[in-house]
Amino acid sequence: MPRAELLRPGGGTPAPGIRLEVERLLFDGAELFRDLVLEIPGGRWTCLLGPSGVGKSTLLRLLAGLLPGAARVASDGLPLSGRIAWMAQSDLLFPWLSVLDNLVVGYRLRGAPRALLAEKRAQARSLLEKIGLGGYAEALPAALSGGMRQRAALARTLLEDRPVVLMDEPFSALDAITRHRLQDLAAELLAGRTVVLVTHSPLEALRLGHEVRILEGRPVRLDPPLQIGGRPPREAADPALLALEARLLARLAGGDALAEAA
Amino acid sequence: MRLARPLLIAGGLLALWHLLVLATGVPPYILPDPLRVARTLWARADLVAAHTATTALEILLGLFFGTVLGAGSALLLAASRRARAWVLPVLVASQALPVFALAPLLVLWLGYGIASKVAMAVLIIYFPVASTFFDGLRRTPEGWLELARVMDARPLAILLRLRLPAALPALASGLRVAAAVAPIGAVVGEWVGSSSGLGYLMLHANARMQTDLLFAALFVLCLLALSLWFAVDRALARAIRWQPETAHPT
Repeated sequence: MPRAELLRPGGGTPAPGIRLEVERLLFDGAELFRDLVLEIPGGRWTCLLGPSGVGKSTLLRLLAGLLPGAARVASDGLPLSGRIAWMAQSDLLFPWLSVLDNLVVGYRLRGAPRALLAEKRAQARSLLEKIGLGGYAEALPAALSGGMRQRAALARTLLEDRPVVLMDEPFSALDAITRHRLQDLAAELLAGRTVVLVTHSPLEALRLGHEVRILEGRPVRLDPPLQIGGRPPREAADPALLALEARLLARLAGGDALAEAA
Repeated sequence: MRLARPLLIAGGLLALWHLLVLATGVPPYILPDPLRVARTLWARADLVAAHTATTALEILLGLFFGTVLGAGSALLLAASRRARAWVLPVLVASQALPVFALAPLLVLWLGYGIASKVAMAVLIIYFPVASTFFDGLRRTPEGWLELARVMDARPLAILLRLRLPAALPALASGLRVAAAVAPIGAVVGEWVGSSSGLGYLMLHANARMQTDLLFAALFVLCLLALSLWFAVDRALARAIRWQPETAHPT
């Protein structure tokens, strides 16, 4: 597939790693994070895995700079603002804009010049074709199903074309086939970027991640990174992957540490 | 059925009115029956039409300027903290003033012509428009604002491309109220001092015991207010059709 025509490889600039440090973060009076350090490697996919409510989304929002109380440092020493794309758990489509206008809304909000906007609209159209929404460019989001809306939100995130991409369960509302296809597409288009993917599906983490981090407990403890060999997207039917999934499930269910499993 | 029901209601009310006149036998200068009012309306159509034109113009101008001023104030309030500190008390105070009590002053300052009535209508609709719109501008869903922040949106773009469209449904309810009360402002202004308009015609007819003419003017005023409201309602529904009405409770 011609990836260069859609997005610049790697997001133009070399994708930086991020070091996030949280001294103490309270949530509803309880300590959510304490002395937490998260190292996100540059140019690779890191998958955050853990039970619902453990704090994965909060961690992602800290990385996005949306919450106070954390120190974010990029590995290249440059500021992170302007280099991040964020996809929230809800699609956050603007109901008054057509699907196509929703895809390029970032460029509009930044006041992009007309030529860039036209280029991005063309890219948005071809991206919509790829994700099976080709016929919905002019439709309003209200006309879309939940899964279609999530696809549109994913396309908007991809189109932002940022070196760092933070995604919060971006495939959760999709049917199995579509999920598989979009995982492949995202892996292809975001190769070389720094991606943090929040998911509750061990198999998804194993298909897409270079590194998997498991979160659990309160305050949150982070398992050491689990390195996955080979190039994502990996074959879901790979017996080694399935074996690893079984162990991850056991780990999430309260089993032993898995750091050396890979 | 959509058209039949209102017609049926209107017909029923007219019949009730007629029966009331028949049953009580009140003289026509107290309460004329609907047929007499209809005949008067027909016979004096030119006169009523001329006065209707004046009132309609006052209402439309009042609605326009009141909306522009109200929506503009709300945007200003939403855009700047300093504006909020200075303008918000004024906005609240403007509502504490009994606007009708200002009518004689407005006529004194702006004259017997159309300007004082437009000012009156503007004063009446300014607050509902400004307050509902400002309220909407303050209640932009947090997630959209966060998304805009990560996108490095410019502050003005956030206001005009995100908070403003998100507040349109709130503004729409303010505008519906405005459309309903603007005719009141215009007519009250006419009562205080004027030489034309439906309010003037009503006072004039009343003073001469031409109660049938008074009712004719009142009828046209109701018609005017109703069609204005429905026109505004339809235009608003069309403008924010991305937010369809949820099903009516049965």
